[in-house]
Amino acid sequence: METLAALSQYLISGLTNGAIYALIALGFGIIFNATHIINFAQGEFVMLGALCAISLHQAFPSLPVAFVGAVLLVTLLGLLFERLALRPVKDRSPLTLIIITVGGAVLLKGLAMLWWGKEAYNLPPFSGAVPLSFGPATILPQNLWVLGVAALLLAGLEAFFRLTLTGKAMRACAYNPVAARLVGIPAARMVQLSFGLSAALGAAGGILIAPLTLGVYDMGTMLGLKGFSAAILGGLGSSLGGVLGGLLLGVAESLASGLISSGYRDAVAFFILLVVLFVRPQGLLGGRS
Amino acid sequence: MTWRRLALWGGFAVVLALLPLVLRNDYYLSLLNFIGIHTILVVGLNLLMGYAGQISLGHAAFFGVGAYTSGILSATYGVNPWLAMVAGLGLAGLLAFLIGIPALKLRGYYLAMATLGFGVIVYIFFVQAQRLTGGPSGLSGIPSLSLAGFAFHTPLRLYALIWGATLGLLALSAGLVDSRLGRALRALHDSEAAAESLGINTQRLKLLIFVWSALYASLAGSLYAHTLNFIAPSSFDIMFSIKLVTMVVVGGMASIWGSLLGAGVLTVLPELLVVFHDFEVVIFGAILMVVMIFLPRGLVRGLLDLWEYRHFRREGASRG
Repeated sequence: METLAALSQYLISGLTNGAIYALIALGFGIIFNATHIINFAQGEFVMLGALCAISLHQAFPSLPVAFVGAVLLVTLLGLLFERLALRPVKDRSPLTLIIITVGGAVLLKGLAMLWWGKEAYNLPPFSGAVPLSFGPATILPQNLWVLGVAALLLAGLEAFFRLTLTGKAMRACAYNPVAARLVGIPAARMVQLSFGLSAALGAAGGILIAPLTLGVYDMGTMLGLKGFSAAILGGLGSSLGGVLGGLLLGVAESLASGLISSGYRDAVAFFILLVVLFVRPQGLLGGRS
Repeated sequence: MTWRRLALWGGFAVVLALLPLVLRNDYYLSLLNFIGIHTILVVGLNLLMGYAGQISLGHAAFFGVGAYTSGILSATYGVNPWLAMVAGLGLAGLLAFLIGIPALKLRGYYLAMATLGFGVIVYIFFVQAQRLTGGPSGLSGIPSLSLAGFAFHTPLRLYALIWGATLGLLALSAGLVDSRLGRALRALHDSEAAAESLGINTQRLKLLIFVWSALYASLAGSLYAHTLNFIAPSSFDIMFSIKLVTMVVVGGMASIWGSLLGAGVLTVLPELLVVFHDFEVVIFGAILMVVMIFLPRGLVRGLLDLWEYRHFRREGASRG
């Protein structure tokens, strides 16, 4: 019974983290599909989402306002990032784009450190901190919030891509940018939109996880890297793959830190990343390599 | 052309030999020693980034592998420092080989992420493996290098050792770039498909240069460990990898002398500016973005290009 309780506890915390990784992984996938860029600043959007929500909540103590306000702010930043840092670039080789987004990540992190300092901030849980017990396991209400809101966001995103004209246009650009342009889709605007969308997803992930992990200026690097590992594990560019990769990674990490050693917790994701790159670089659900 | 180049290298060697006579201060000499170590790292990374068009965001890890192998073997197990250095080279080369095989098969982004992930794992290992590495508080008591009873433990003696190595590696790299291998590298940078069609085995070439640049980093790490006699994990984190990339970018990609410049400028700048410490991360990020967006050929060549462009435009305007 003891081990069962422990295992289900690991599973729940793993799924919670995994849902956040999935949101970040989808952000990577959306930008990759639109531009074939890997945005190394993705994790910083997560950090900014968390810290903006915390500051907004301190100024105006309403969680819905803080959530929506922070997501909007970070979305705007994502749009600006594309406009100012990536669109003017003439040499579009991967090397140049990697360096620019890495520079952007470092810059955003540094600015956050100057603005918020190095201390960690707390965001209150969305609905109390009294643990609920489900059989052998106890669940914090925030775990349910994370899983529920993440599932809603993913469903909304899928509906956006399948049902709306803009979503279909973005998918067309991902399949074949030249053909999409030929039928009159403004490709540049779709690229910008992809940055806005993935910034919004990242910010939402950051706000959801903030009550569990605190918000601090350097949380983004690790979350971004894990989101990328999740995206690679599931298959870069595949949305189902991103979700699957995120959840698998979260659970694997949680089990490894519970059963083997918590000190190496953060190394698990990269170990999985390297193994996937070795064995199946197209990921679990990716068709093409 | 060859004579001019020979004169350039000779002049550089003479300047290096004379510098300690001018700067008789231990602080300046130590600063120069760090510039030398950084130059070795940056020229190795530049071979990979500038010439082969691949990127490593985890070069600090290879630097750390060299430093810790040297440090642990010589301080804890009493191995001869020179042998420990060779062991570090072997380990760094092997690790680069193992990471490089899967990552280099794929496009640019994968090597960037794989090396970033590798860098994080190695850093976590340095912090966590306390019994081996001393953990977060570091590893002390690393002996200095010595040659037939002559110990390299003063800044001046270290200057001779480090800059001797730096000069040798700069010359070796310049030779490499001008060789058949260097031409193959540039072909690879311009177009992988075209290079393949000319019979260049691009996978093997990329792997070779990746391992080669890891060896430079490991050597620099060993020199660093035996210079400071103390190492701690914080010197080998991701931010240091990004600083190295910034040095390459500022000096100019695919430029051997640029590597020296980039390492020099970005090692001296934090020492000169007091405000730099608080803004360090912001400044490095801003430099990376601005240089890559506006002056992708590096600071010096970029500014020269701009000047020429304006100069010609003005001439054209006055004529027309």
